[in-house]
Amino acid sequence: MASITFREVEGSSPKFWMLFGALGLFVLFGALAWNTMHHYGHVVTGMDNQIVWGLPHVFAVFLIVAASGALNVASIASVFNKPMYKPLAPLSAILALALMLGGLLILVLDLGRSDRLIVAMTHFNFKSMFTWNVFLYSGFFALVGVYLWTMLDRTVKTYSKAAGTAAFIWRLTLTTGTGSLFGFLIARELYGTAMLAPMFIIMSFAYGLAIYLMVLAAAYAWTGRTLGDAVMMRLKSLLVVFVAAVLYFVVVQHLTNLYFAKYHAVETFILRDGGIFTFLFWVGHIALGCIAPLVILLSRLGKQRNWIMIACALVIAGGFAQMYVTIIGAQAFPLDMFPGLTEKSSFFDGEVNSYTPSMPELFLGLGGVAIALLVTTFAVKVLRLLPVTLDDETVAKLEH
Amino acid sequence: MSEQNKNSDNAVVSPERRRFISAATATAAGLTIAPGVMLYEVAHGRPEEQAASSAVRWGMMVDATKCATGCDDCVTACNTENGLTPVAESAHPRQAPQWIRKLELQDPLTQMETNLPMMCQHCAEPPCVDVCPTGASFKRADGLVLVNRHTCIGCRYCMMACPYKARSLVHESLNDTQKPDVPRGIGCVESCTFCVQKIDRGDGTTACVEACTASGHNALVFGDMNDPESEISKKLRELPTKQVRADLNLNLGVRYHGI
Repeated sequence: MASITFREVEGSSPKFWMLFGALGLFVLFGALAWNTMHHYGHVVTGMDNQIVWGLPHVFAVFLIVAASGALNVASIASVFNKPMYKPLAPLSAILALALMLGGLLILVLDLGRSDRLIVAMTHFNFKSMFTWNVFLYSGFFALVGVYLWTMLDRTVKTYSKAAGTAAFIWRLTLTTGTGSLFGFLIARELYGTAMLAPMFIIMSFAYGLAIYLMVLAAAYAWTGRTLGDAVMMRLKSLLVVFVAAVLYFVVVQHLTNLYFAKYHAVETFILRDGGIFTFLFWVGHIALGCIAPLVILLSRLGKQRNWIMIACALVIAGGFAQMYVTIIGAQAFPLDMFPGLTEKSSFFDGEVNSYTPSMPELFLGLGGVAIALLVTTFAVKVLRLLPVTLDDETVAKLEH
Repeated sequence: MSEQNKNSDNAVVSPERRRFISAATATAAGLTIAPGVMLYEVAHGRPEEQAASSAVRWGMMVDATKCATGCDDCVTACNTENGLTPVAESAHPRQAPQWIRKLELQDPLTQMETNLPMMCQHCAEPPCVDVCPTGASFKRADGLVLVNRHTCIGCRYCMMACPYKARSLVHESLNDTQKPDVPRGIGCVESCTFCVQKIDRGDGTTACVEACTASGHNALVFGDMNDPESEISKKLRELPTKQVRADLNLNLGVRYHGI
């Protein structure tokens, strides 16, 4: 098998520093947004006692789900022994860590008492899925960190497969945990199902790979390194499978619900009468997030680099739409405490709850995305994560 | 005691005999009264150093047939007792905490209307306690579901988990509305405590129940559901009651009649 040379990106051009600065600016905005929310309280957000988890959770859960998915490329290399993926693995691992960091920061900075983070780390209730997630997230950092180390340090390279396997199993557990944050909730019709765990796993495959592909292509294009079609086409085909699987899960979930009379009202809300949620479901998630990328990637367009990037961007946008519907749509639909009766109260019972995200929420979310990209940008400058070339000839040699 | 007094008055007994009689009387009285005192203490206030007992299960019965349309005395009383700003006076009504609210129900087919107060149902199997990452949401031995203000991090997972929409986040700073025995604070989640401060003081009832009784509606009864002789236990034996979302099998501390 041919050897691959990894090298840091030079990162001294004005363009690099502009990217660095722009991302830094968004991180700063995110910090200011947190400061505002922390100082004034959640009163400055669009969240209320009806919609208790808002836009920050959409960003946070999306990034956490995508983080575990971004690790997949590395897992394919080490767990499933595909040599072609080996040169792609270090970026996959660092991106996974960076996305996880971004998502977690949003999550903890959106707490009503973010100053009490230490309490969350010292007081545990092991019946809570949230507590399990605290351990799953910490373990993820540790395992993927070790895995990355085995990839970068030749002296411990022999442990790479073991570390990769452990990280792979851990990431599956982690996304099961993330899906179960919602799956273990009995109160709301759209949650409380084991379906959410595997559905979140398959979504993580799709979202994580789409982000990975875009970061990979950008890194190679902006540093003038060669990224051959062989890699792009292989990863593109993988993305097709993942997006199709997401579509399958979503269809099965809604068809199942439609069969039960007790879910008719909530399904009618999401699928037909829910306004922004219906729009985001059909147009955002289904049409733009699933069908359009499938059409692009499976047609001739899928052979062109730019169209692959568009498909990836659509998968990511569709992922955000899906999270918005899953997290906020489910809360917008009123709790049905008295089935068959209409409910009215000063606490907005029986009403469809509206939600308008505020600027602090948006910038807190964008700050998390920015910090994930900033960490990745910095990491490729200081660590040997990217192969000098990924041209078709080099990649072909790996397979033999 | 009166016998003992009589004995001392007569002063015909020896000091030893007097001491013996005193001790015997005290022991007998102690043995007779102690269980009663114990029950009394558990049911009606207890010293600070004594933990709540699972011998008691506080509960409420709501008679929806007596709950008057348009009356919200229970809500007002709750706000006053616990230092909450009434939602009508709040600058941010959607974000204002509400511990108890009047719910108006209507059957769209028959037009039958029902009024009832809705608050924390103090479940025996509370989903909010299950999901709380830090254990700040907890169930006390006597059945009260409460939030520890020191360890609540404001994650709102309990609000996502509660099937009764009973919990509120304090969205903004509380100025001068707080009561010394009802600590509240920005960024923490809170809900009906069954007026824990009143229970622990030995009042044996809640502000909403007092208000409902004072208004003459008598739609609310509060008490120890474990005590077969309590008013609530007698009522619950007498009247058919239901638990809201009984399908969830949470074993609620609030039971409704007439729904």
